[in-house]
Amino acid sequence: MLELKQVNKSFGGIRAVSDCSLEIKSYRITGLIGPNGSGKTTLFNLMTGFLPLDHGEIFFKGKRIDGFLPHQIAEFGIVRTFQLARIFPKMTVLENMLLAPPRQIGEKLVSLWLKGKRIREEERKNLKKALTLIEIVGLSHLKNQFAANLSYGQQKLLELVRILMAEPQMILLDEPTAGINPSLIRKMMELILKMRDAGKVFFIIEHNMDVVIELCDWVFVLDNGQKIAEGKPEAIQNDPRVIEAYLGV
Amino acid sequence: MDLFLHLCIMILIYIIFALSLNLELGYTGLFNFGHVAFFGMGAYASALFTLHHVPFELALLISLAIAGGGGFLLSLPSLRLRGDYFGIATLGFGEIIRIIFQNEVWLTKGPMGLPGISKPTLFSYRFTTLPQYFILALVFSILSFFILRMVIRSPFGRVLRAIREDEIATEALGKNVFRFRVKSFVTGSILAGLAGALWGHYTTFISPSDFTLSETILVLLIVVLGGKGTEWGPVLGAILLIFFQESLRFLRLPAEYTRYLAPLQQMIFGTLLILLMIFRPEGILREKGKTKNVGIETGQ
Ligand SMILES: Nc1ncnc2c1ncn2[C@@H]1O[C@H](COP(=O)(O)OP(=O)(O)OP(=O)(O)O)[C@@H](O)[C@H]1O
Ligand SMILES: [Mg+2]
Repeated sequence: MLELKQVNKSFGGIRAVSDCSLEIKSYRITGLIGPNGSGKTTLFNLMTGFLPLDHGEIFFKGKRIDGFLPHQIAEFGIVRTFQLARIFPKMTVLENMLLAPPRQIGEKLVSLWLKGKRIREEERKNLKKALTLIEIVGLSHLKNQFAANLSYGQQKLLELVRILMAEPQMILLDEPTAGINPSLIRKMMELILKMRDAGKVFFIIEHNMDVVIELCDWVFVLDNGQKIAEGKPEAIQNDPRVIEAYLGV
Repeated sequence: MDLFLHLCIMILIYIIFALSLNLELGYTGLFNFGHVAFFGMGAYASALFTLHHVPFELALLISLAIAGGGGFLLSLPSLRLRGDYFGIATLGFGEIIRIIFQNEVWLTKGPMGLPGISKPTLFSYRFTTLPQYFILALVFSILSFFILRMVIRSPFGRVLRAIREDEIATEALGKNVFRFRVKSFVTGSILAGLAGALWGHYTTFISPSDFTLSETILVLLIVVLGGKGTEWGPVLGAILLIFFQESLRFLRLPAEYTRYLAPLQQMIFGTLLILLMIFRPEGILREKGKTKNVGIETGQ
């Protein structure tokens, strides 16, 4: 589904990602682990067009996507969350959700004059979907609150369900469970599994190994910007190279 | 009565001007410090065309197109800049336009200004008297208010607010941030042009000194005082500040004091802006958590 070939990125003297090649297959959840500063977030930024590549190529469903702008890559169907949740603080929870669907008729200035009825229908349809999703993560009672009034964990949940509104094919999550209490983590994992069963492909950066083992079908390990191992999560856990990278022995 | 009507007309014109800035500043988060340029372009274009015997309806349309086109041309380079640099670029643009008004004497008669601008005729109805002009200004401001309200409450307006809140997250959701900003900026410029045209035909005399930075500051203050990013904020701000400004002008002061009026007003406006920023940065009206969506009930 998504393929990285010899991807490189340096910041000044730091080689954040070096010669990284990996392939993410459809219909599964792939994990990305590695010590702090190993280049995981940078890799996401490269894949979603937020940073330009120094070298290398990225393909999505056979089409080359490096060099495109972030909104174009989102249009292709790759949507991401951020390590520090990015919500729209002075918009309500519902407005945060309703923003996400792509190519809305009402986003065109001319259609406001000509297609009022279709815009209202579209809004109603999106609203229904949004209400269902925020119900799942338990934010219904906050739907008309500014997102700024949510706790950090709730903001991360909002960010997660918001990208589900964006009709993505592939979802990149940067540490979705960081800062979230265990009962909400459960809820979040259930939601991710449900979306996987609905055909979404996930690529997840995660430090919590329990979550990785339970969710992921395949794991890549990054250290110093290089892929040092890949495999099934149970196997990865006992890989000596991984243990070395994490413990620094 | 005449004084009252004059006050109302000025307020209505500035409501349009402030509404247009509110779209950019309040909803899109664009700090436009050269907004007066588009007000001036509207005023000069409409004045010049009618002075050359182009019918008012057509002259008005052309001047809106010129203001919008100017906004489009400025937006292409400047909207690629980040926040503060965008502000500086627009500030510079405002000055450039004023200097063009001042120096292109063949076109604008330079610092002498353009006297004798005709009162408008719309569909062969002439708006000459104060009550007539009041009606004209009222119709245009109500129109502007409702058009902008429709825009802001639409999914388009929602994207604008999202850009103001977090440009990166908006981009990550597949919205072309640059294009939305351009559209917002051009719409704001067109409306500012409308306000300028109405103002020119009302005062019947315009000169480059009417379009200085202090005009931009006045309209900024109106938006910030009233409450940026609210539907009624610019209306309230325009009523308060234009009432204050115009009543200062008509104070019967002894002649030796009148020369202090203009600097005094600037000082008061400056102080007001600082106090606002410290004590109530969100303005008199503030954004509410509940916002209506286009014609749908969000309650259950
Ligand atoms: N925009 C940037 N400018 C300069 N250096 C950067 C930038 N982004 C990342 N880096 C550097 O690149 C390296 C990799 O950072 P990155 O954020 O990708 O790590 P990470 O694997 O996501 O770490 P963590 O688990 O802590 O989130 C770090 O050394 C970091 O300092
Ligand atoms: Mg990271």
